[in-house]
Amino acid sequence: MDHFPTNWGRPRNDAFDAYGTYPIHQRPNNVKDTFAEGVQHTQQPIVTGTSVLAIKYKDGIMMAADNLASYGSLARFRDVQRLHAVGNHTVLGASGDMSDFQYIRSLLDDLVIEEFTEQDEHTLGPAEIHEYLSQLMYARRSKLNPLWNSLLVGGYKDGKRFLAYVDLLGTTYSASTIATGYGSYIAQPLLRKAVEGREDTLTELEAQAILEESLLVLFYRDARSLDKYQIAKVTEGGVAISESMALKTSWSFAEGIRGYGAQTQ
Amino acid sequence: MAQTRSFNPYTENGGTILAISGQDFSVIAGDTRQSEGYSIQTRYAPKVFRLTDRAVLAVNGFAADGNMFVKKVKQRLEWYKHAHSKDMPLKAIARLIQTMLYAKRFFPYYVYNILGGIEEDGTGAVYSFDPVGSYEREACRAAGAAQSLVQPFLDNQIYFKNQVAAPGTTHPAHLPLPDVLSIVIDSFTSATERHIEVGDGLEVYIVLAKGRDLQDFEAIRARNVHLTQELTVTEDGERIFVMRLDLKKD
Repeated sequence: MDHFPTNWGRPRNDAFDAYGTYPIHQRPNNVKDTFAEGVQHTQQPIVTGTSVLAIKYKDGIMMAADNLASYGSLARFRDVQRLHAVGNHTVLGASGDMSDFQYIRSLLDDLVIEEFTEQDEHTLGPAEIHEYLSQLMYARRSKLNPLWNSLLVGGYKDGKRFLAYVDLLGTTYSASTIATGYGSYIAQPLLRKAVEGREDTLTELEAQAILEESLLVLFYRDARSLDKYQIAKVTEGGVAISESMALKTSWSFAEGIRGYGAQTQ
Repeated sequence: MAQTRSFNPYTENGGTILAISGQDFSVIAGDTRQSEGYSIQTRYAPKVFRLTDRAVLAVNGFAADGNMFVKKVKQRLEWYKHAHSKDMPLKAIARLIQTMLYAKRFFPYYVYNILGGIEEDGTGAVYSFDPVGSYEREACRAAGAAQSLVQPFLDNQIYFKNQVAAPGTTHPAHLPLPDVLSIVIDSFTSATERHIEVGDGLEVYIVLAKGRDLQDFEAIRARNVHLTQELTVTEDGERIFVMRLDLKKD
Protein backbone atom coordinates (compact mmCIF):
# COMPACT_ATOMS: atom_id res chain seq x y z
CA MET A 1 0.00 0.00 0.00
CA ASP A 2 1.30 3.36 -0.96
CA HIS A 3 0.61 5.76 1.88
CA PHE A 4 1.36 8.90 -0.12
CA PRO A 5 -1.97 10.11 -1.52
CA THR A 6 -0.23 12.28 -4.12
CA ASN A 7 1.02 9.12 -5.79
CA TRP A 8 -2.39 7.45 -6.03
CA GLY A 9 -3.54 6.99 -9.57
CA ARG A 10 -0.05 7.56 -10.96
CA PRO A 11 2.21 4.91 -12.51
CA ARG A 12 4.01 2.90 -9.84
CA ASN A 13 7.72 2.41 -9.67
CA ASP A 14 8.41 -0.94 -7.96
CA ALA A 15 12.11 -0.23 -7.79
CA PHE A 16 11.35 2.57 -5.34
CA ASP A 17 11.00 1.79 -1.65
CA ALA A 18 8.06 3.88 -0.51
CA TYR A 19 8.70 2.95 3.15
CA GLY A 20 12.32 3.98 3.21
CA THR A 21 13.03 6.61 5.88
CA TYR A 22 16.58 7.38 5.02
CA PRO A 23 17.71 10.03 4.24
CA ILE A 24 14.19 11.51 4.23
CA HIS A 25 10.98 10.26 2.72
CA GLN A 26 10.56 11.19 -0.92
CA ARG A 27 7.91 10.85 -3.46
CA PRO A 28 8.92 8.27 -6.03
CA ASN A 29 10.26 10.24 -8.93
CA ASN A 30 8.60 8.18 -11.59
CA VAL A 31 6.63 11.05 -13.09
CA LYS A 32 8.37 12.38 -16.14
CA ASP A 33 8.59 16.15 -16.18
CA THR A 34 6.76 17.31 -19.26
CA PHE A 35 9.03 20.34 -19.55
CA ALA A 36 12.33 18.55 -18.87
CA GLU A 37 13.39 18.93 -22.50
CA GLY A 38 12.06 22.45 -22.70
CA VAL A 39 9.41 23.54 -25.10
CA GLN A 40 10.34 22.42 -28.59
CA HIS A 41 10.44 25.11 -31.24
CA THR A 42 10.93 24.90 -34.96
CA GLN A 43 14.70 24.90 -35.36
CA GLN A 44 14.74 24.06 -39.02
CA PRO A 45 12.27 23.61 -41.83
CA ILE A 46 11.38 20.01 -42.77
CA VAL A 47 9.16 19.85 -45.84
CA THR A 48 10.10 22.89 -47.87
CA GLY A 49 9.00 24.82 -50.92
CA THR A 50 11.57 26.68 -53.01
CA SER A 51 11.35 30.08 -54.74
CA VAL A 52 8.26 32.21 -55.28
CA LEU A 53 8.43 34.93 -57.94
CA ALA A 54 6.17 37.95 -58.35
CA ILE A 55 6.04 41.09 -60.46
CA LYS A 56 3.85 44.11 -60.98
CA TYR A 57 2.39 44.62 -64.45
CA LYS A 58 -0.12 46.85 -66.21
CA ASP A 59 -3.28 45.25 -64.82
CA GLY A 60 -2.12 44.17 -61.37
CA ILE A 61 0.34 41.67 -60.00
CA MET A 62 1.39 38.23 -61.16
CA MET A 63 2.94 35.52 -58.96
CA ALA A 64 4.49 32.17 -59.80
CA ALA A 65 5.68 29.12 -57.88
CA ASP A 66 6.32 25.48 -58.69
CA ASN A 67 4.35 22.55 -57.21
CA LEU A 68 7.16 20.85 -55.31
CA ALA A 69 7.48 20.34 -51.56
CA SER A 70 10.90 18.82 -50.86
CA TYR A 71 11.96 16.66 -47.92
CA GLY A 72 15.60 17.65 -47.80
CA SER A 73 16.94 16.74 -51.21
CA LEU A 74 14.08 14.30 -51.82
CA ALA A 75 11.39 15.60 -54.17
CA ARG A 76 8.72 14.33 -51.74
CA PHE A 77 5.41 15.98 -52.75
CA ARG A 78 5.05 16.90 -56.42
CA ASP A 79 1.53 18.31 -56.46
CA VAL A 80 1.51 20.98 -53.76
CA GLN A 81 -0.15 24.36 -54.20
CA ARG A 82 2.10 27.12 -52.87
CA LEU A 83 -0.04 30.01 -54.13
CA HIS A 84 -3.26 30.69 -52.26
CA ALA A 85 -6.02 33.25 -52.50
CA VAL A 86 -6.85 35.16 -49.32
CA GLY A 87 -10.18 36.93 -49.68
CA ASN A 88 -11.00 38.43 -53.05
CA HIS A 89 -8.09 40.83 -53.59
CA THR A 90 -5.00 39.00 -52.37
CA VAL A 91 -2.77 36.10 -53.26
CA LEU A 92 -0.24 34.62 -50.84
CA GLY A 93 2.81 32.69 -52.03
CA ALA A 94 5.06 30.73 -49.69
CA SER A 95 8.50 29.25 -49.69
CA GLY A 96 10.04 27.52 -46.69
CA ASP A 97 8.30 25.12 -44.33
CA MET A 98 5.04 23.85 -45.81
CA SER A 99 3.47 22.85 -42.48
CA ASP A 100 4.05 26.35 -41.13
CA PHE A 101 2.46 27.66 -44.33
CA GLN A 102 -0.55 25.41 -43.76
CA TYR A 103 -0.88 26.84 -40.27
CA ILE A 104 -0.62 30.41 -41.59
CA ARG A 105 -3.37 29.66 -44.10
CA SER A 106 -5.66 28.35 -41.39
CA LEU A 107 -5.08 31.59 -39.41
CA LEU A 108 -5.84 33.69 -42.47
CA ASP A 109 -8.96 31.69 -43.32
CA ASP A 110 -10.24 32.27 -39.77
CA LEU A 111 -9.41 35.97 -40.10
CA VAL A 112 -11.24 36.31 -43.40
CA ILE A 113 -14.32 34.54 -41.97
CA GLU A 114 -14.27 36.78 -38.91
CA GLU A 115 -14.17 39.88 -41.11
CA PHE A 116 -16.89 38.48 -43.37
CA THR A 117 -19.28 37.93 -40.47
CA GLU A 118 -19.03 41.62 -39.59
CA GLN A 119 -20.98 42.36 -42.80
CA ASP A 120 -19.74 45.95 -42.64
CA GLU A 121 -18.98 46.48 -46.33
CA HIS A 122 -15.26 46.28 -45.57
CA THR A 123 -13.03 43.51 -46.88
CA LEU A 124 -9.39 42.77 -46.16
CA GLY A 125 -7.06 43.98 -48.86
CA PRO A 126 -3.46 42.93 -49.55
CA ALA A 127 -2.04 45.71 -47.36
CA GLU A 128 -4.02 44.49 -44.34
CA ILE A 129 -3.10 40.85 -44.97
CA HIS A 130 0.56 41.80 -45.25
CA GLU A 131 0.47 43.86 -42.06
CA TYR A 132 -1.19 40.98 -40.21
CA LEU A 133 1.43 38.54 -41.48
CA SER A 134 4.37 40.80 -40.68
CA GLN A 135 3.13 41.29 -37.10
CA LEU A 136 2.60 37.53 -36.80
CA MET A 137 6.04 36.65 -38.19
CA TYR A 138 7.81 39.29 -36.05
CA ALA A 139 5.97 38.18 -32.91
CA ARG A 140 6.94 34.56 -33.50
CA ARG A 141 10.60 35.38 -34.18
CA SER A 142 10.59 37.45 -30.97
CA LYS A 143 9.48 34.32 -29.07
CA LEU A 144 12.38 32.49 -30.77
CA ASN A 145 9.75 30.21 -32.26
CA PRO A 146 9.60 31.35 -35.86
CA LEU A 147 7.29 30.34 -38.67
CA TRP A 148 9.96 29.20 -41.13
CA ASN A 149 8.76 30.90 -44.31
CA SER A 150 9.45 33.63 -46.81
CA LEU A 151 6.06 34.91 -47.91
CA LEU A 152 4.99 37.09 -50.81
CA VAL A 153 1.74 39.00 -50.60
CA GLY A 154 0.35 40.34 -53.85
CA GLY A 155 -2.92 42.04 -54.55
CA TYR A 156 -5.05 44.62 -56.23
CA LYS A 157 -7.64 46.71 -54.45
CA ASP A 158 -9.22 50.14 -54.99
CA GLY A 159 -7.21 50.60 -58.18
CA LYS A 160 -3.89 50.04 -56.40
CA ARG A 161 -1.37 47.25 -56.92
CA PHE A 162 0.36 45.80 -53.88
CA LEU A 163 3.36 43.52 -53.68
CA ALA A 164 5.36 42.87 -50.53
CA TYR A 165 7.57 40.36 -48.73
CA VAL A 166 7.76 39.10 -45.17
CA ASP A 167 10.01 36.39 -43.75
CA LEU A 168 10.68 34.39 -40.59
CA LEU A 169 12.57 37.33 -39.01
CA GLY A 170 9.70 39.74 -39.60
CA THR A 171 11.73 41.58 -42.25
CA THR A 172 9.41 43.31 -44.72
CA TYR A 173 9.76 45.26 -47.94
CA SER A 174 7.92 46.01 -51.13
CA ALA A 175 9.23 46.37 -54.66
CA SER A 176 7.99 46.00 -58.21
CA THR A 177 9.70 42.61 -58.53
CA ILE A 178 10.33 40.19 -55.66
CA ALA A 179 11.73 36.68 -55.55
CA THR A 180 12.27 34.46 -52.51
CA GLY A 181 14.92 31.85 -51.78
CA TYR A 182 17.10 30.67 -54.65
CA GLY A 183 15.03 32.87 -56.93
CA SER A 184 16.40 35.98 -55.20
CA TYR A 185 19.81 35.09 -56.66
CA ILE A 186 18.82 33.70 -60.04
CA ALA A 187 15.43 35.14 -61.02
CA GLN A 188 15.47 38.57 -59.37
CA PRO A 189 18.12 40.05 -61.73
CA LEU A 190 16.14 38.77 -64.74
CA LEU A 191 12.89 40.14 -63.36
CA ARG A 192 14.40 43.55 -62.55
CA LYS A 193 15.88 43.85 -66.01
CA ALA A 194 12.52 43.06 -67.59
CA VAL A 195 10.20 44.95 -65.27
CA GLU A 196 11.81 47.98 -63.55
CA GLY A 197 10.46 51.15 -65.14
CA ARG A 198 7.94 49.21 -67.25
CA GLU A 199 5.42 48.34 -64.50
CA ASP A 200 2.65 50.38 -66.13
CA THR A 201 3.08 49.12 -69.68
CA LEU A 202 3.80 45.40 -69.32
CA THR A 203 0.92 43.37 -70.71
CA GLU A 204 -0.42 40.19 -69.16
CA LEU A 205 1.19 38.06 -71.88
CA GLU A 206 4.57 39.78 -71.49
CA ALA A 207 4.45 39.44 -67.71
CA GLN A 208 3.61 35.75 -67.92
CA ALA A 209 6.41 35.15 -70.43
CA ILE A 210 8.92 36.85 -68.09
CA LEU A 211 7.85 34.71 -65.14
CA GLU A 212 7.87 31.49 -67.16
CA GLU A 213 11.34 32.24 -68.50
CA SER A 214 12.55 32.84 -64.92
CA LEU A 215 10.94 29.60 -63.70
CA LEU A 216 12.64 27.77 -66.54
CA VAL A 217 16.07 29.15 -65.59
CA LEU A 218 15.35 28.21 -61.98
CA PHE A 219 14.37 24.69 -63.00
CA TYR A 220 17.66 24.31 -64.85
CA ARG A 221 19.73 25.65 -61.92
CA ASP A 222 17.80 25.03 -58.66
CA ALA A 223 18.07 21.37 -57.64
CA ARG A 224 14.97 21.70 -55.38
CA SER A 225 12.67 22.95 -58.12
CA LEU A 226 10.14 21.31 -60.41
CA ASP A 227 8.97 21.84 -63.98
CA LYS A 228 5.35 21.89 -62.82
CA TYR A 229 4.13 25.31 -61.74
CA GLN A 230 1.15 27.62 -61.25
CA ILE A 231 0.68 31.29 -61.97
CA ALA A 232 -1.60 33.61 -60.01
CA LYS A 233 -2.96 36.89 -61.33
CA VAL A 234 -4.61 39.54 -59.21
CA THR A 235 -6.37 42.29 -61.13
CA GLU A 236 -9.42 44.55 -60.93
CA GLY A 237 -11.47 41.38 -61.50
CA GLY A 238 -10.04 39.52 -58.48
CA VAL A 239 -7.74 36.56 -57.95
CA ALA A 240 -7.19 33.89 -60.59
CA ILE A 241 -4.85 30.98 -59.91
CA SER A 242 -4.08 28.79 -62.91
CA GLU A 243 -4.15 25.04 -63.08
CA SER A 244 -0.76 23.34 -62.92
CA MET A 245 1.27 23.77 -66.09
CA ALA A 246 4.47 22.18 -67.33
CA LEU A 247 7.62 24.08 -68.37
CA LYS A 248 8.87 23.40 -71.87
CA THR A 249 12.41 22.28 -71.26
CA SER A 250 15.08 21.52 -73.81
CA TRP A 251 18.11 19.38 -73.09
CA SER A 252 19.60 19.05 -76.55
CA PHE A 253 22.31 21.58 -75.69
CA ALA A 254 23.80 18.95 -73.33
CA GLU A 255 25.08 17.07 -76.37
CA GLY A 256 27.46 19.91 -77.13
CA ILE A 257 28.98 20.28 -73.66
CA ARG A 258 32.64 19.29 -73.51
CA GLY A 259 35.07 19.47 -70.64
CA TYR A 260 33.13 17.76 -67.87
CA GLY A 261 30.53 15.03 -67.43
CA ALA A 262 30.18 11.75 -69.31
CA GLN A 263 31.66 11.73 -72.76
CA THR A 264 33.84 9.48 -74.83
CA GLN A 265 36.05 12.15 -76.31
CA MET B 1 18.80 19.31 -21.53
CA ALA B 2 17.30 21.76 -23.90
CA GLN B 3 18.93 21.79 -27.27
CA THR B 4 21.05 24.85 -27.99
CA ARG B 5 19.12 27.19 -30.24
CA SER B 6 20.43 27.63 -33.74
CA PHE B 7 17.84 30.19 -34.82
CA ASN B 8 19.33 33.67 -35.08
CA PRO B 9 16.58 36.27 -34.57
CA TYR B 10 18.70 39.08 -36.02
CA THR B 11 20.00 40.15 -39.40
CA GLU B 12 21.67 43.27 -40.77
CA ASN B 13 19.92 45.26 -43.49
CA GLY B 14 22.64 47.73 -44.51
CA GLY B 15 22.16 51.38 -45.34
CA THR B 16 23.39 54.51 -43.64
CA ILE B 17 21.83 57.43 -41.79
CA LEU B 18 23.17 60.85 -40.93
CA ALA B 19 22.03 63.97 -39.07
CA ILE B 20 23.52 67.44 -38.67
CA SER B 21 22.15 70.27 -36.56
CA GLY B 22 22.57 73.99 -37.18
CA GLN B 23 21.75 77.13 -35.25
CA ASP B 24 18.05 77.06 -36.07
CA PHE B 25 17.59 73.96 -38.23
CA SER B 26 18.29 70.26 -38.28
CA VAL B 27 18.93 67.95 -41.23
CA ILE B 28 18.28 64.20 -40.98
CA ALA B 29 19.06 61.95 -43.93
CA GLY B 30 19.18 58.29 -44.88
CA ASP B 31 19.58 56.23 -48.03
CA THR B 32 16.65 54.08 -49.15
CA ARG B 33 18.35 50.79 -50.06
CA GLN B 34 17.49 47.71 -48.00
CA SER B 35 19.80 44.74 -48.38
CA GLU B 36 20.67 41.41 -46.82
CA GLY B 37 24.06 39.92 -47.55
CA TYR B 38 24.94 40.67 -51.16
CA SER B 39 21.29 40.97 -52.25
CA ILE B 40 19.38 44.22 -52.64
CA GLN B 41 15.91 43.53 -51.25
CA THR B 42 14.38 46.82 -52.35
CA ARG B 43 15.54 50.18 -53.68
CA TYR B 44 13.01 52.08 -51.63
CA ALA B 45 12.55 51.31 -47.93
CA PRO B 46 12.51 54.54 -45.90
CA LYS B 47 14.73 54.71 -42.80
CA VAL B 48 13.83 58.27 -41.81
CA PHE B 49 10.47 59.10 -40.25
CA ARG B 50 8.63 62.29 -39.26
CA LEU B 51 7.53 61.94 -35.63
CA THR B 52 6.16 65.44 -35.00
CA ASP B 53 6.52 68.83 -36.68
CA ARG B 54 9.84 69.29 -34.88
CA ALA B 55 11.19 65.76 -34.53
CA VAL B 56 12.49 63.30 -37.09
CA LEU B 57 13.83 59.83 -36.29
CA ALA B 58 16.28 57.85 -38.42
CA VAL B 59 16.72 54.12 -37.71
CA ASN B 60 19.40 51.79 -39.04
CA GLY B 61 20.40 48.19 -38.44
CA PHE B 62 17.91 45.30 -38.37
CA ALA B 63 14.98 46.59 -40.44
CA ALA B 64 12.24 44.54 -38.73
CA ASP B 65 13.30 45.85 -35.31
CA GLY B 66 13.61 49.36 -36.75
CA ASN B 67 10.08 49.38 -38.14
CA MET B 68 8.65 47.96 -34.93
CA PHE B 69 10.56 50.49 -32.84
CA VAL B 70 9.36 53.45 -34.92
CA LYS B 71 5.82 52.13 -34.72
CA LYS B 72 6.01 51.97 -30.92
CA VAL B 73 7.61 55.41 -30.59
CA LYS B 74 4.87 56.93 -32.77
CA GLN B 75 2.24 55.19 -30.65
CA ARG B 76 3.73 56.64 -27.43
CA LEU B 77 3.83 60.11 -29.01
CA GLU B 78 0.16 59.80 -29.99
CA TRP B 79 -0.78 58.83 -26.44
CA TYR B 80 1.24 61.80 -25.16
CA LYS B 81 -0.64 64.13 -27.49
CA HIS B 82 -4.03 62.82 -26.38
CA ALA B 83 -2.98 63.23 -22.73
CA HIS B 84 -1.37 66.66 -22.93
CA SER B 85 -2.80 68.33 -26.07
CA LYS B 86 0.64 69.14 -27.44
CA ASP B 87 3.53 67.43 -29.17
CA MET B 88 6.22 65.94 -26.96
CA PRO B 89 9.33 68.18 -26.80
CA LEU B 90 12.47 66.87 -28.52
CA LYS B 91 14.52 66.27 -25.37
CA ALA B 92 11.60 64.32 -23.89
CA ILE B 93 11.38 62.16 -27.02
CA ALA B 94 15.10 61.50 -26.64
CA ARG B 95 14.63 60.30 -23.06
CA LEU B 96 11.60 58.26 -24.10
CA ILE B 97 13.67 56.52 -26.75
CA GLN B 98 16.35 55.74 -24.16
CA THR B 99 13.88 54.07 -21.79
CA MET B 100 12.20 52.19 -24.63
CA LEU B 101 15.55 50.85 -25.86
CA TYR B 102 16.80 49.97 -22.39
CA ALA B 103 13.53 48.19 -21.58
CA LYS B 104 14.72 45.62 -24.11
CA ARG B 105 18.25 45.50 -22.69
CA PHE B 106 18.34 41.70 -22.64
CA PHE B 107 16.77 41.17 -26.09
CA PRO B 108 17.72 44.46 -27.71
CA TYR B 109 16.30 46.20 -30.74
CA TYR B 110 19.31 45.81 -33.02
CA VAL B 111 18.94 49.38 -34.21
CA TYR B 112 21.04 52.53 -34.17
CA ASN B 113 18.80 55.58 -33.75
CA ILE B 114 19.47 59.20 -34.63
CA LEU B 115 16.89 61.76 -33.57
CA GLY B 116 16.97 65.22 -35.10
CA GLY B 117 14.80 68.29 -34.71
CA ILE B 118 14.25 71.58 -32.93
CA GLU B 119 14.48 71.99 -29.16
CA GLU B 120 12.02 74.09 -27.17
CA ASP B 121 14.56 76.94 -27.12
CA GLY B 122 14.53 77.00 -30.94
CA THR B 123 17.99 75.51 -31.50
CA GLY B 124 18.66 72.69 -33.92
CA ALA B 125 19.54 69.41 -32.20
CA VAL B 126 20.75 65.90 -32.94
CA TYR B 127 20.57 63.02 -30.46
CA SER B 128 22.29 59.73 -31.20
CA PHE B 129 21.64 56.38 -29.48
CA ASP B 130 23.21 52.97 -29.28
CA PRO B 131 20.98 49.86 -29.45
CA VAL B 132 20.50 49.67 -25.66
CA GLY B 133 19.75 53.34 -25.08
CA SER B 134 22.97 55.22 -24.31
CA TYR B 135 22.49 58.64 -25.83
CA GLU B 136 23.94 62.11 -26.09
CA ARG B 137 23.17 65.38 -27.84
CA GLU B 138 25.62 66.18 -30.62
CA ALA B 139 26.06 68.54 -33.55
CA CYS B 140 26.34 65.71 -36.04
CA ARG B 141 26.35 61.92 -36.26
CA ALA B 142 26.52 59.22 -38.91
CA ALA B 143 25.47 55.62 -38.26
CA GLY B 144 25.10 52.37 -40.13
CA ALA B 145 27.05 50.54 -42.80
CA ALA B 146 29.09 53.56 -43.92
CA GLN B 147 29.51 55.18 -40.52
CA SER B 148 33.26 54.55 -40.71
CA LEU B 149 33.40 56.38 -44.01
CA VAL B 150 31.13 59.31 -43.20
CA GLN B 151 31.84 60.18 -39.56
CA PRO B 152 35.51 61.14 -40.10
CA PHE B 153 34.41 63.36 -42.97
CA LEU B 154 31.88 65.08 -40.69
CA ASP B 155 34.48 65.44 -37.92
CA ASN B 156 36.59 67.33 -40.42
CA GLN B 157 33.86 69.37 -42.11
CA ILE B 158 31.52 70.10 -39.17
CA TYR B 159 33.84 70.06 -36.16
CA PHE B 160 36.84 71.34 -38.23
CA LYS B 161 39.05 68.60 -36.76
CA ASN B 162 42.63 68.77 -38.13
CA GLN B 163 41.91 72.17 -39.63
CA VAL B 164 43.63 75.33 -38.50
CA ALA B 165 41.68 78.57 -38.78
CA ALA B 166 43.26 81.36 -40.80
CA PRO B 167 45.29 83.72 -38.57
CA GLY B 168 43.05 86.08 -36.63
CA THR B 169 39.90 84.07 -37.33
CA THR B 170 38.03 81.23 -35.64
CA HIS B 171 36.01 78.34 -37.00
CA PRO B 172 32.27 79.06 -37.12
CA ALA B 173 30.20 77.44 -34.35
CA HIS B 174 27.34 76.67 -36.74
CA LEU B 175 27.27 76.14 -40.48
CA PRO B 176 24.58 77.68 -42.70
CA LEU B 177 21.87 75.42 -44.16
CA PRO B 178 23.14 75.37 -47.78
CA ASP B 179 26.60 74.24 -46.59
CA VAL B 180 25.10 71.51 -44.42
CA LEU B 181 22.93 70.20 -47.26
CA SER B 182 25.94 70.07 -49.57
CA ILE B 183 27.91 68.12 -46.96
CA VAL B 184 25.02 65.68 -46.46
CA ILE B 185 24.58 65.02 -50.17
CA ASP B 186 28.35 64.69 -50.73
CA SER B 187 28.55 62.25 -47.80
CA PHE B 188 26.00 59.98 -49.38
CA THR B 189 27.31 60.14 -52.94
CA SER B 190 30.77 59.28 -51.59
CA ALA B 191 29.46 56.47 -49.36
CA THR B 192 27.55 55.12 -52.37
CA GLU B 193 30.81 54.99 -54.36
CA ARG B 194 32.72 53.10 -51.68
CA HIS B 195 30.14 50.98 -49.84
CA ILE B 196 28.07 48.30 -51.53
CA GLU B 197 25.21 48.54 -49.03
CA VAL B 198 24.59 52.24 -49.68
CA GLY B 199 22.77 53.65 -52.70
CA ASP B 200 19.55 53.76 -54.74
CA GLY B 201 17.94 56.81 -53.19
CA LEU B 202 18.45 59.54 -50.60
CA GLU B 203 15.83 61.10 -48.35
CA VAL B 204 16.82 64.34 -46.63
CA TYR B 205 14.49 65.71 -43.95
CA ILE B 206 14.93 69.39 -43.14
CA VAL B 207 13.41 70.77 -39.93
CA LEU B 208 13.32 74.57 -39.69
CA ALA B 209 12.81 76.43 -36.42
CA LYS B 210 9.67 78.49 -35.89
CA GLY B 211 9.87 81.92 -37.50
CA ARG B 212 13.17 81.19 -39.24
CA ASP B 213 14.05 83.27 -42.30
CA LEU B 214 13.38 80.99 -45.28
CA GLN B 215 15.41 82.89 -47.89
CA ASP B 216 18.34 80.45 -48.06
CA PHE B 217 16.06 77.43 -48.04
CA GLU B 218 13.73 78.78 -50.73
CA ALA B 219 16.75 79.21 -53.01
CA ILE B 220 17.64 75.54 -52.59
CA ARG B 221 14.01 74.49 -52.90
CA ALA B 222 13.62 76.43 -56.15
CA ARG B 223 16.36 74.30 -57.70
CA ASN B 224 14.68 71.06 -56.58
CA VAL B 225 10.98 71.91 -56.77
CA HIS B 226 9.73 68.51 -57.89
CA LEU B 227 11.98 66.72 -55.40
CA THR B 228 10.93 68.67 -52.31
CA GLN B 229 7.77 68.08 -50.35
CA GLU B 230 6.49 69.92 -47.26
CA LEU B 231 5.28 67.68 -44.43
CA THR B 232 4.34 70.36 -41.88
CA VAL B 233 1.02 69.71 -40.17
CA THR B 234 0.59 72.51 -37.63
CA GLU B 235 0.24 76.16 -38.60
CA ASP B 236 2.68 78.75 -37.32
CA GLY B 237 5.30 76.40 -35.87
CA GLU B 238 8.36 74.53 -36.98
CA ARG B 239 8.33 73.43 -40.62
CA ILE B 240 9.42 70.08 -42.05
CA PHE B 241 10.47 69.35 -45.61
CA VAL B 242 11.72 66.21 -47.30
CA MET B 243 13.95 66.15 -50.38
CA ARG B 244 14.14 62.92 -52.37
CA LEU B 245 17.26 62.53 -54.49
CA ASP B 246 18.71 59.72 -56.58
CA LEU B 247 21.84 57.80 -55.71
CA LYS B 248 23.66 55.34 -57.94
CA LYS B 249 21.84 52.02 -58.15
CA ASP B 250 24.81 49.72 -58.84
